[in-house]
Amino acid sequence: MPKREDLKHILVIGSGPIVIGQACEFDYSGTQACRVLREEGIRVSLVNSNPATIMTDPEFADATYIEPITAEFVEKVIAQERPDAVLATLGGQTALNTAIALHERGVLEKYNVELIGANVDAIQRGEDRQMFKDIVRKIGAEVPRSAVCNTMDEVRKTVAELGLPVVIRPSFTMGGLGSGMAYTEEELERLAAIGLEESPVTEVLIEESVLGWKEYELELMRDRNDNVVVICSIENIDPMGVHTGDSVTVAPAMTLTDREYQHMRDVGIQVIREVGVDTGGCNIQFAIHPDNGRMVVIEMNPRVSRSSALASKATGFPIAKIAAKLAIGYTLDEITNDITGETPASFEPTLDYVVVKAPRFAFEKFPGADPTLTTTMKSVGEAMSIGRNFVEALGKALRSLETKSVGFWTQADPEGATLESTLKQLERGHDGRLYTVERALRLGASIEDVYNASKIDPWFIEQIAWLGTLRTELLEAPVLDEPLLRKAKRAGLSDRQISVLRPELAGEDGVRALRHRLGVRPVYKTVDTCAAEFKSETPYHYSAYELDPQAESEVAEQREKPKVLILGSGPNRIGQGIEFDYSCVHAAMALREAGYETVMVNCNPETVSTDYDTSDRLYFEPLTFEDVLEVVHSEQRSGEVAGVIVQLGGQTPLGLAQRLADAGVPVVGTTPEAIHLAEDRGQFGKVLTEAGLPAPKFGTATSFDEAKEIADEIGYPVLVRPSYVLGGRGMEIVYDEESLSGYIARATEVTPEHPVLVDRFLDDAIEIDVDALCDGDEVFIGGVMEHIEEAGVHSGDSSCALPPITLGASDIENVRRSTEAIARGIGVKGLLNVQYALKDDVLYVLEANPRASRTVPFVSKATAVSMAKAASRVMLGATIAELRVEGILPATGDGARLPEHAPVAVKEAVMQFHRFRTPEGHGVDSLLGPEMKSTGEVMGIDSSFGKAFAKSQTASYGSLPTAGKVFVSFANRDKRAMIFPVKRLADLGFEILATSGTAEVLKRNGITCTEVRKHFEGEGNVVDMILAGEIDMIFNTPYGNSGPRVDGYEIRTAAVAKDIPCVTTIQGAAAAVHGIEALIRGDIGVQPLQALQAALRGDA
Amino acid sequence: MTNAALVLEDGRVFRGEAYGATGVSLGEVVFSTAMTGYQETLTDPSYHRQIVVQTAPQIGNTGWNDEDDESSKIWVAGYVVRDPARTPSNWRSKRGLDEELANQGVVGISGLDTRTLTRHIREQGAMRAGVFSGSELTDDASMVEQVKASAQMLGANLAVDVTTDKPYVVEAIGEKKFTVAALDLGIKSNTPRMMAARGIEVHVLPLTSTFEDILKVSPDGLFLSNGPGDPATQDHAIALTKEALGRKLPLFGICFGNQILGRAVGRGTYKMRYGHRGINIPVIDVATGKVAITSQNHGFALEGTPGEEFSSEFGRAVLSHYCPNDGTVEGVRLLDAPAFSVQYHPEAAAGPHDAAPLFDEFVTLMNEAR
Repeated sequence: MPKREDLKHILVIGSGPIVIGQACEFDYSGTQACRVLREEGIRVSLVNSNPATIMTDPEFADATYIEPITAEFVEKVIAQERPDAVLATLGGQTALNTAIALHERGVLEKYNVELIGANVDAIQRGEDRQMFKDIVRKIGAEVPRSAVCNTMDEVRKTVAELGLPVVIRPSFTMGGLGSGMAYTEEELERLAAIGLEESPVTEVLIEESVLGWKEYELELMRDRNDNVVVICSIENIDPMGVHTGDSVTVAPAMTLTDREYQHMRDVGIQVIREVGVDTGGCNIQFAIHPDNGRMVVIEMNPRVSRSSALASKATGFPIAKIAAKLAIGYTLDEITNDITGETPASFEPTLDYVVVKAPRFAFEKFPGADPTLTTTMKSVGEAMSIGRNFVEALGKALRSLETKSVGFWTQADPEGATLESTLKQLERGHDGRLYTVERALRLGASIEDVYNASKIDPWFIEQIAWLGTLRTELLEAPVLDEPLLRKAKRAGLSDRQISVLRPELAGEDGVRALRHRLGVRPVYKTVDTCAAEFKSETPYHYSAYELDPQAESEVAEQREKPKVLILGSGPNRIGQGIEFDYSCVHAAMALREAGYETVMVNCNPETVSTDYDTSDRLYFEPLTFEDVLEVVHSEQRSGEVAGVIVQLGGQTPLGLAQRLADAGVPVVGTTPEAIHLAEDRGQFGKVLTEAGLPAPKFGTATSFDEAKEIADEIGYPVLVRPSYVLGGRGMEIVYDEESLSGYIARATEVTPEHPVLVDRFLDDAIEIDVDALCDGDEVFIGGVMEHIEEAGVHSGDSSCALPPITLGASDIENVRRSTEAIARGIGVKGLLNVQYALKDDVLYVLEANPRASRTVPFVSKATAVSMAKAASRVMLGATIAELRVEGILPATGDGARLPEHAPVAVKEAVMQFHRFRTPEGHGVDSLLGPEMKSTGEVMGIDSSFGKAFAKSQTASYGSLPTAGKVFVSFANRDKRAMIFPVKRLADLGFEILATSGTAEVLKRNGITCTEVRKHFEGEGNVVDMILAGEIDMIFNTPYGNSGPRVDGYEIRTAAVAKDIPCVTTIQGAAAAVHGIEALIRGDIGVQPLQALQAALRGDA
Repeated sequence: MTNAALVLEDGRVFRGEAYGATGVSLGEVVFSTAMTGYQETLTDPSYHRQIVVQTAPQIGNTGWNDEDDESSKIWVAGYVVRDPARTPSNWRSKRGLDEELANQGVVGISGLDTRTLTRHIREQGAMRAGVFSGSELTDDASMVEQVKASAQMLGANLAVDVTTDKPYVVEAIGEKKFTVAALDLGIKSNTPRMMAARGIEVHVLPLTSTFEDILKVSPDGLFLSNGPGDPATQDHAIALTKEALGRKLPLFGICFGNQILGRAVGRGTYKMRYGHRGINIPVIDVATGKVAITSQNHGFALEGTPGEEFSSEFGRAVLSHYCPNDGTVEGVRLLDAPAFSVQYHPEAAAGPHDAAPLFDEFVTLMNEAR
């Protein structure tokens, strides 16, 4: 069946900010969808509030709306664009929920818009747990026994029948939010209450425990001719009880016979048919009893999911791209498999390698959070690896994660761990569980012991046990000869792991030297969807070590064009996420256009950069020195490598710069020496002094005494942090000697090699962020961003406005001059991010990073200039003047001075505190500080700051209220400034609630308000009211000093729990009032980025 | 660890470790891309005299059980895998695959680069090869000589080696509705099971049976099974098929059976370069345009163009199915007689069950013929 001709204009809904459970995989899928639809001649409109996505680049859609993904705003877009259809199955749960809301509000009907991919009924059949269970039973398959409950009484009654433990799953949430396993009555009471609260329809499913069963997933696709194919099977090493997003998973399934696998496939196909996913992809989860093979269906997602992205990268089968084609009417057999270029997409990929995915956690960011893994997803990112066998893939996956341990044996065992305690630890899922498995085996546990504790399939345990045998062999061999070294490499061991076992080789470099001398190097194989049955067209490679001298590498010769390697950013984590992938993808696009062959190296399956057609070649490899060096070698053997780009992927590749350069790799852009100049505070201080630029006083300490001395000299409060960090890891504001001593005690690694930096902290300063580009001589300012929060909140967590809303022309000129001086002083060739604090008309330099920053995509969207594209060209020798001529940069001017009519863009950070609980079940503190905690961001863009701010809040929290109750509580210094905004709210009809001190001031100023109790003043206090859903917005400025700062904890935590706006700054409050006024007036419109950018460029 | 080598007739030698039995095995080297179902593959009689390379690297993970055999023994001549399991894990597993291979004297090799080998076969075609280990592992030249001296697949009559000695009956499950005579050219256990589940009593007959032997069971239909070797050698089976067609006895053929029906209606067969062996292979039904994902294992195929209608001595016929990967003919259907066959395996085992309704179609044909 050919394409439907009645679909001329499709609205694609994206997934919004990066949050846990919904990350850049939806940028990957959405980007593919937009590309495909436009290739088919269809007009594409897009809604997505996330500026860091590739899909929101103006060239990927005809009309790109960077607007909140809420039914209200999407309706405005529909009214303006009048599309024929909406495609919501590629934007995660957010898009699906929005589609349902649009349907329920009658919007789809009103504008005669068809929902394609999956219709409303199918979405509900897939997502509604009871309907879904009925479907599974109808087709003759099994589900865990369960009941849907809407009240705590129903919950208790159900558990009386099923017995404990039970699983609690709220309806209509994503990433398993609010779900958990209850072993005791107390846990049941607590978790079920949370679950009911998290579910938008106050509904939870209470389910028989299948804890410890084997867990599998299938990715399926169906076309409108009812052809169904299974793209990939995935086996979770962590058995049932750990969310699949938090499990180490393997593709294809390793421990199923054909009989069991085909049964699963049959049921999967019947489910997708019965649910009625018309076209596109879906993901179904299964559990299998390890002793008797009883199989139950757990759940399905009637849409493209995180697992789909993984399956796409694992197999080479582009699920999102094909889903988009199927949605517009093609059938699978009509679509060509890109990889082979010959065979059709109506087949099932077969793998001749093993894929391992491992989750990346960030518990260190949420002090007090319970690190036990449950059915609520907690990981913030993942790495995928490909090897020719399981252990090779596992080794690569573990070192791709960039955790402290980079594979077995690379960290000392925890002190005092016994066999008993280790086995006990294995009972619950935790970060690094496979390390614990290895340790248990080394401590003498049998495979059976480990199985009994963990329920991990013995096949996987045996694989790890075999690595233990190999370890002994490596330890005991008189010499490390070629066969043994090859065997070790084939088992996925890194040079670093081997060096731990063979100290005589003097470290990783020694192992590598020996390995190269013995000729033990990897071959590069191809991901081709067909296990080499057909010739493949697509250069998507991974490394493997083979014993066989006949083994062939499959990297094709390419000597016509110079090659550029772009090192990606690895797994998402807090502080290093999609923004860096965005820059890498831009570099690939710009350099390809400029005539280079682009080669991407990355290990994050969620990203656009690891799409096989983003670059000319893709190496799916860990971003360690060893792995990158081998890729460079492979590329040098097959052609000329003009350069390796390390400054776009964040700290990960940047950290490799010096070693790569030392190894003779042509690192382009800012030199490693210059990078060091910016990162070493002492050296950077000299650069600033020479340029005559002020910086907060600071010192470098290697002990508490030194730190104390520095702090005494510069005065408290001080900002303390380890050197060389991204995302403000380990950073704190310290107000007195006692907390300083506490900090030093906690920072375990304070040594001369790892000093602590002590800075003067500028209270009440305006923080300014600048992204700039320097070609070694000329400097181009990309954008100047003014933070809305006061200095002290990490720049990644604070909202900011571009153009700056309160800075004067002289301030901006000062910023420009300082940025130019720093760029030249360091010797930047490429991107530079500088953070300033403006206090009492003095512009202090806080820090400079000679690399792509998190704000590059935001700046690019807000100013219509792709900073990363320009930077990648500069790194390879182009000048700013040349790029102005080419049109990559504007002919005149730069981002520091935008036209007067330029729209205002506001970036707001998105937090994930509601996912974490302390072991006692309390919320974790949502206080913001110098350590970054947000996972993603949104952008609001409009003609004025108020409207843009309102949009940013709506996109991140839901919406600003237009009526209801506002709780206000202010620090003394803010009370004067707050009178007008609060008065305005009262005039707009809001009921004002305030604590005694604030209420007194308000009443004296003629503002009617109700006094409420502080949280420690007994029942019915403000916190209770927030939790009861009685309050619609909070204005709470923190008191600016140590004690009271923490005082708002209960209020903030409650606001997070109820997902209501909580404004913590004067500027924010004023902005919120502007936004509320605009919402009440109803004049907040939507405008495509293309139009906004045309206005910016002056083409309008 | 015992060294082993896989020696190809074109002189290329891949080295690895002995797996299963040690010794020598000669045959045609082919690759299978299936990721599951090695037990079914190994016991499939169609693999007789073939050395099977598994492209999936980790093999043996689920061990060997007593339920999934597709015949009474392992038929493959030699077995080539990259990473064999040391310890199996599955609740049905009775012993390890390596143990089973050794017990049955199947010479295998592991640890070699199966992907490089597969690419070589893809480019050069399936060819004669030998697995050598233990005392049989000698110098390359003499091993190549041995390989070159072994029999070719083209022109090989192998069904005779695998067919049953004596007729046997597989009872219908539930009420018996039909009787089918199944000519055993290398039949897999699941085929009679699939028929039995549809109320068919299956009389599995040796290849040497005469048409009178077939008539003796009073069949409602004749079934032609899968099997090894070159279909051009099967004059007797083709003659039996023609008799059945002449009498309008409903007929269904699978794989080798498809080639036999094809030859009976005048089509030629040819040896493919490297064949189709896997469980992910799409087949399109020309009549409906629908895709089935199928299990396949064939090195020979019918000549012709998909959808082509032609006349035969039994009336009109159509090449009813094809594989969109390469356009290979995957089925033939007579329009004036109740007979059809497919090149793939609706009985699956190993493989997907998409094509299982073909057995229902056979039932319909037999119903209509009553």
